[in-house]
Amino acid sequence: MASVCFYFQVHQPFRVKPYSIFEIGEDREYFGDRSHLNLNNGKILRKVAEKCYLPANAVMLALLERHPEFRVSYSLSGTVLDQFELYAPEVLDSFRRLVATGRVDLLAETSHHSLAAVYSPEEFRTQVNNHVARLERLFGVRPTIFRNTELIYDDRIAKLVEDMGFSGILAEGADHVLDWRSPAFVYRPKGCKRISLLLKNYRLSDDIAFRFSNRDWAEWPLTAPKFARWVDQVNGNGNLVNLFMDYETFGEHQWRDTGIFDFLSHLPEQILKHPDNDFVTVSEAVRRYEPVAVLDVPHTISWADIERDLSAWRSNAMQEASLKAIFALEREVKASGDDRVLEDWRRLTTSDHFYYMCTKWFSDGDVHKYFNPYDSPYDAFVSYMNVIHDITLRLKTRATTYEHV
Amino acid sequence: MRILMFGWEFPPFNSGGLGTACLGLTRALSRSGHEITFVLPKQLDLKVDYMDVLFADVPRLRVKAVNSPLAGYLTDHRYRVLMGALPPELARLYGRDLYEETQRYAEKAQAIAATVEHDVIHAHDWLSFPAGMAAKAVSGRPLVAHVHATEFDRTADGGVNQPVYESERAGMHAADAVVAVSHYTKERVGRHYGIAPEKIHVVHNGVDPRDIVRLGASKLNDHYKIVLFLGRITVQKGPDWFLKAARLVLERDKDVLFIVAGAGDMERQVIMDAADSGIADRVIFAGFRRGKDIDRLYQMADLYVLPSVSEPFGITALEAVQNGTPVIVSKQSGVREVLPEALQVDFWDTRKMADEILRVLSHREDAKRLGERQRAALPGITWDAAAIKLASLYKDVAAVRA
Repeated sequence: MASVCFYFQVHQPFRVKPYSIFEIGEDREYFGDRSHLNLNNGKILRKVAEKCYLPANAVMLALLERHPEFRVSYSLSGTVLDQFELYAPEVLDSFRRLVATGRVDLLAETSHHSLAAVYSPEEFRTQVNNHVARLERLFGVRPTIFRNTELIYDDRIAKLVEDMGFSGILAEGADHVLDWRSPAFVYRPKGCKRISLLLKNYRLSDDIAFRFSNRDWAEWPLTAPKFARWVDQVNGNGNLVNLFMDYETFGEHQWRDTGIFDFLSHLPEQILKHPDNDFVTVSEAVRRYEPVAVLDVPHTISWADIERDLSAWRSNAMQEASLKAIFALEREVKASGDDRVLEDWRRLTTSDHFYYMCTKWFSDGDVHKYFNPYDSPYDAFVSYMNVIHDITLRLKTRATTYEHV
Repeated sequence: MRILMFGWEFPPFNSGGLGTACLGLTRALSRSGHEITFVLPKQLDLKVDYMDVLFADVPRLRVKAVNSPLAGYLTDHRYRVLMGALPPELARLYGRDLYEETQRYAEKAQAIAATVEHDVIHAHDWLSFPAGMAAKAVSGRPLVAHVHATEFDRTADGGVNQPVYESERAGMHAADAVVAVSHYTKERVGRHYGIAPEKIHVVHNGVDPRDIVRLGASKLNDHYKIVLFLGRITVQKGPDWFLKAARLVLERDKDVLFIVAGAGDMERQVIMDAADSGIADRVIFAGFRRGKDIDRLYQMADLYVLPSVSEPFGITALEAVQNGTPVIVSKQSGVREVLPEALQVDFWDTRKMADEILRVLSHREDAKRLGERQRAALPGITWDAAAIKLASLYKDVAAVRA
């Protein structure tokens, strides 16, 4: 049996606008850029909705209608849900229609796509619980499987998540962790008794997410029959083909004219041609397949960059300093009893802010630069720290009257 | 007197104190009846060689822009980067490297000198020295070479660029008189360039008296004492020494904020260093600022520090004092000669710098009185005073020529 398990990450951060020293103490619309810049969150959300979320959801709904066997799972961050509500409610409705088919799983994650798992277990639990409650409210389903921000994972995080009652957790199938083992099986995290671990098949996932339109790739052009053959090869060698990727792959990272939507439309029928193939949601995968072995992950892994570690968010002094500064405010923010400060603070825990400060390969202009809406990591850092100064002033003055966006 | 002046930058097209000085001087000269034609390089969008730029608020001043990408504080490396970014059909208009471009600019300047009537030629700093020399060759008028900074200052005595040095030296030797912006600079010009002391005339920079508009305090002032650095973020200006002192201050007083305002080739390094040394939450980077914003920064600050490794003058110290903010200046600066009440430290003595910062910040009344004493010196440090000295120098060199 080869069960294809699709999980798509849907996320947009609240990007901090260019925020100078003169805004400190004066301007609390940290995320309210209204310019033509790629920091205008509403503008970006509407663009991505147009190019990706709406057309991709339409394809998914058609596939669910056409193939009773088809399954798919999503993780929607709390910040992207906020932005759907603010800027494109029709996207939220289209996700509701998908979930209503009963063949679409939603995953739990932190409400703010944050790095709280690394810095504050208490805040981590709060953000996860808040997010689960919100998903239940919005979609009427309660997630049982968890995925952490950017698939950040280690034994400690697995235990934290097991203790919260989840039955499964996702991670990157990183070579240095798997060694000779295969991501086609379910594992049990070391130190855990009940929770199952699903590992991303990064080769097949990245064939779609990163290589699909790369004309220098020997396998270009990638067609649905060809990809289905690769899936077939797992038959007899394992149970699962875990295809985990950003949802923005469809139409945003890989543009429509690359043929990505046609590929997606035809993939299920090609995969289902093989009688032993099927599709599972993340919760079905955990229910159907027992863990085959214990997997020990003492050092934190993620799905980012070649390193598959925390270095995308935490490898230079600016990142370390800003992470230290934001989590140092946790106690005071919570003690203030000011919900608006708390929400702003949580938006600042989102991992993307620190990704924008990454200087790895900065001069080479690769993926970090492509995904960086600021002119440089230094600009991202300066605006972010200025916002922290403003939050600090708010805490010092305990101001309570202002309009929130 | 009719003056043909060559410079690199002129507000609002400036990135540093040189443009401020050129504007201050020409304004004061025009007030006392002199006629100035100010030639400066400016990259024009069109494929034209020259353009007259109008400055309505200064009478008797004509600004002629020569189409050239030369600009203040340009290095050969930056010049090549700029050229690389231009479309080839535009890049072809200009010199292949910085030195070739100064020569090309000099030829264009020569054409201006042949058509604009003038009694004296006045060139500001090395980029315009070849132009001044070319003008002198065609008109035979005396040349005044004005030294606002030498290559030794800009590089903080490390890694002097030989072609730049040679341009400076040739300009100073070809000139009929050399103007230095301080005795500090005069001494360095004599020592490094072999110019006889009697040929070097000290004309201090100044600041035009003006009414300072109070722009309202920042809410940061309610919770922190604020120390300001404002200048180009380069090795010359000592931003790294400023942050070293900041760290020492913060060890003793956590309620101090340090503002670093400006841009420059060391900016990224300085930001990273601040983060690395654990004081990122007490340093605010304000970026490059102009006009009102600069006044706001001076007014926010309880103290201004000029920690330059080598500062020929240091106009910002006067601007800070004008805004009522007391200053600490480096002993390696020219401004201390006209501002004796300024607190003075060696740029490298960060322990002393930190002590002085803490002393000023912890005695508000004393600090206020210090600011007032420093401000009392300003009426004597004006561009009008500088213009009077220059005018008399023009007369002397013109008389020798005649």
